[in-house]
Amino acid sequence: MRFLSRRRRSPGAKPLTLLFALFLMGAIYSVVSPAQQVAADTTKDAQIAQGKALFDVTCSSCHGLNAEGGSQGPSLIGVGAASVDFQMGTGRMPLAHPGAQAVRKPVTYTADEIAAIAAYVADLAPGPAIPDPEVYSGEGLTEEEIARGGELFRTNCSACHNFEGSGGALPGGKYAPTLKGVANRHIYSAIRIGPQQMPVFSKGALTDADVNEIIGYLNQLHAQPSQGGFDLGGIGPVSEGFWGWLVGMGSLVGVAIWLAKKGARAK
Amino acid sequence: MAKPVGIAGSSEALEAKRPGDVESSAPKPAKGNVLTWADDRLGLAAIGKSNLRKVFPDHWSFLLGEIALYSFIVLLLTGVFLTIWFKPSMAETEYHGAYQLLRGLPMSEAFASTLTLSFDIRGGLLVRQVHHWAAMLFVAAAFVHMLRIFFTGAFRKPREINWLIGVGLMSLTMIEGFAGYSLPDDLLSGTGLRFVDGLVRSIPVIGTWAEFFVFGGEFPGTLIIPRLYMVHILLVPGILLGLISAHLALVVYHKHTQYPGPGRTEHNVVGYPLFPVYMAKAGGFFFVVFGITVLMGAFMTINPVWKFGPYNPSQVTAGSQPDWYMGWVEGAIRIVPNWEWHLGATTWSWNIFLPGVGLMGLLFTGLGVWPFVEQWITGDKSEHHLLDRPRNAATRTALGVAGMTWYAMFWIAGGNDIIATKFHVSLNAVTYVMRVAVFVAPVIAYIIAKRTALSLQRSDHARVLHGSETGIIHRSPDGSYSEAHAPITTDEAFTLTQHKQLPLALEDEGLDVNGIPTGQSVSKLRSRLSHWFMGDDIAKPTPEEIEEAHHHAGHALTEGHDDGHGAVDDADELSEITSR
Repeated sequence: MRFLSRRRRSPGAKPLTLLFALFLMGAIYSVVSPAQQVAADTTKDAQIAQGKALFDVTCSSCHGLNAEGGSQGPSLIGVGAASVDFQMGTGRMPLAHPGAQAVRKPVTYTADEIAAIAAYVADLAPGPAIPDPEVYSGEGLTEEEIARGGELFRTNCSACHNFEGSGGALPGGKYAPTLKGVANRHIYSAIRIGPQQMPVFSKGALTDADVNEIIGYLNQLHAQPSQGGFDLGGIGPVSEGFWGWLVGMGSLVGVAIWLAKKGARAK
Repeated sequence: MAKPVGIAGSSEALEAKRPGDVESSAPKPAKGNVLTWADDRLGLAAIGKSNLRKVFPDHWSFLLGEIALYSFIVLLLTGVFLTIWFKPSMAETEYHGAYQLLRGLPMSEAFASTLTLSFDIRGGLLVRQVHHWAAMLFVAAAFVHMLRIFFTGAFRKPREINWLIGVGLMSLTMIEGFAGYSLPDDLLSGTGLRFVDGLVRSIPVIGTWAEFFVFGGEFPGTLIIPRLYMVHILLVPGILLGLISAHLALVVYHKHTQYPGPGRTEHNVVGYPLFPVYMAKAGGFFFVVFGITVLMGAFMTINPVWKFGPYNPSQVTAGSQPDWYMGWVEGAIRIVPNWEWHLGATTWSWNIFLPGVGLMGLLFTGLGVWPFVEQWITGDKSEHHLLDRPRNAATRTALGVAGMTWYAMFWIAGGNDIIATKFHVSLNAVTYVMRVAVFVAPVIAYIIAKRTALSLQRSDHARVLHGSETGIIHRSPDGSYSEAHAPITTDEAFTLTQHKQLPLALEDEGLDVNGIPTGQSVSKLRSRLSHWFMGDDIAKPTPEEIEEAHHHAGHALTEGHDDGHGAVDDADELSEITSR
C-alpha cells in the first residue's frame, strides 16, 4: 500500500478520506436500511391522512374531530378497523338521520374510502382488525358441520334474528336486522364487534370455526329453494294466520256468496 | 197355565231339497235392483222419503258452518295419511334423512318422522300443509259461523242447547289445533308447549301439581308427545265427531232458520229441497273447500319445521307465536304488567293466570250464558225461527262488534313484535297502546256500532214512510228544491217492518192493588237492563202512520211539502218530471 502511505500527507487526503467514509456509510445504509418499510409507511401515512380528511368531512360532526365522541355519537377510539368496515360497508354509517338504530342502506362510499377511514380509526388505538377472508368463507364444510352451524345459530342468534334470519323486534324501536343478503365478512365482523344492540361473541364463546359453520349454514339456508311454496315472509305463524284468513277464508266466503246466488234461488 | 206347544214333526224349512224338486211358487224379488236390495235391508226409502225433500233456505251466510264441516272432513282424510308415518315418540334419534341442513343432529323420533314425512314420503309435505291449512280454516270458519249465529239471534229459543254445543265445539277445536301444533316437536311447537306449561303452572295452589300431572314430571319430560297424540287423534276428534253429529241433528230437528221476508213465517221454511238442489250445492262446495285447502297446501308454506329445527329448551326464535286462534291469549300475556304475589312459599302469577286462564274462561263463559242472559233481559220466551236483521237488535249487534274489537286488540298485541318490525315502530309503544286499546277500543266500537244500527233503523223507518230516493231533484216555481221519492213495494215494506218490538220491562214489585203477589215482579236491575237493551230502538211505523204517509205522498207533488220531501207515485208524473 505504498500509494496510500506515500500520499497520506497530501492536502487532499483529509477531504478525500471524509468523502470516502461518507460514501461507505451511505453504501452500507442503502444496503442495510429497510427500504420497503419506508415505502409502506409512506402509503399508510397517505391512507391515514386521506382517512382523516374524509373523517373530518363526514364523521366528525357527531364523533368529534379526533373521534373522541360527543353527545351525538360514541368515541371511536379503540373500536378498530372491523367496526368501520362493518358500519360503513353495510351503509349504516354515515347516519341518514338520528333514530333508535342505524339503518342498513346502499353504500355510497368506495371500498378505498372506507379502507382509508378504517385505517385512520385503527391508527387511533388498537382494536379488532378487518378479518381475513379464510375465516368467513363458509365453504369447504361437511354436511354435519353445516348442520352444527344451524344448531349454533338457533342457540345463539335466532332469539333475535328469527329462525331463518328474517330479523325481529327489540325494545324501544330497536330491532335485529334481517341476515338475508348480508356479506359473510359483515356477519363475521358483527359477531366479533357486537354493533348497536348486538352482544359481542368473543373467540372464547364462538370460535372462528363455529362462526364459519354458522355462516355456512346461513348461506345454505338462504340458497335452498322454498320447499313448501311461497314462504309468506318467513316470520312464523302471524303471517300464516294473516294469509290464511285473507286467502283461505276470503276465497271460501267468496265462493259461498257465488253459490248462494247461482241457480235455484229463494227470494 | 199355558201348555207347551207340541213340537212339529216336520216343516217345509226342515225338508231337504233335492235336485229336480219343483220350485215353490213364492214370488221372487226383482233381479238386479240394487236400491231395492239395499232398501230391504236398511229401510232407505222411508228415511229418504222424509229427508231427501227437506227444505233449506238459501243464503251465503248459511254456508259458513259448512266450511267448518268440510274442513273437518279434509282434516280427517289428511290426518289418516299423516298417522301412517308419524311416530309419536320423544325417544332420541340421529337424523339421516334427505334434508341436508339437519343431518347428523340429535332429535326426537317425532321430529325426525315429521322431517321424513316432509322430505322422503311422496306427497307428504303437501298433505302436511293441507292438514295445517285446513285446521286454520276449520277454526276460522267456526268463528265466522258463530258470529253469524250471534248477530242474527239464531241462538234464541229453541236453539240454546245447540248454541252451547257450538261453544263446546269451538273450545275443543282450539285444544285440538293446539295439540296438533305441538306434535312435530320442532322449536316452535316446543316453545308453544313451554307457554302452556307456564299457563298450567300459573293456576293458583294446584299449578305445580297440575303441571307435573300433565307432563309426567318436569317440562318437557318424555310423555307429553304420546299423550298429546292420543288427545289429537282419538280423544278430541271423537268428541268433536259426536258433538258435530248432535249439532247437525239438532239443525235437522229444529229446521233451519231463515231471514225474514214475504211469505216467510215462524212456521215454515222457504227454500229448496235437499235433493237435488242442496245435494249438488253442498257436495260441490265440499270439493271447492277441499280444492282450496289443497291449493293453499301446494303454494303457501305453513310451519316450515325444517327451518325451526328440533326442539331444545335452551333455544328460542324471534316470531314465536301460536297459530292464530291462540294469538289473542298470547297477546293478553304479552301486554299484561308483571303482577305477581309471593305469599309464604307460594307464588301467585296473576300476570299469566289472569290473561291466560282467566280470559279464556271469560270468553267461553260469556258466550255460553249469553242466550239465557238475553232471554232474561228481554223476557222473550217465544220460539224464533226467523232471524233478526242485526240492525234491529242494536245493542246485541253493538255488543258483538265490541267483543270482536276486544278480541282483535288482543290479537294485534299477540303480534306486537311483527307489527313493530314491519311498520318500523317501537315495540314498547305498540305494547303500551294495546294496553289502553283493549279497554278503550271496544267502547268506541260499541258506540259506533250501536249508533250505526240505530241510524239504519231510522233509515228503514224513513224508507217505509217516504219511499226510496229517486235521485230526481224537483225545483218548485218559488225556487225551492226537493227530491222526489218513489214508494217501495209492499214486499219490501213487509221485510222492513215484520220484526217484533218487545215492550220494555218496567220495574214492578209484583203486588196488585191489594198487596197480593202477582208473580210478575220485575227487579230494578232487569228494568234497567231492558231499557239498555231495547230502549233506544226506533219504533217501527204503525199501520196508521204508513196509511197516513201514503195518503200524504199522493198530494206531495201538487200541494208542496213542508219537510223537504216530495213524493212520486204516479208513473206518468214521474216521466213528466224526467222529461223536463
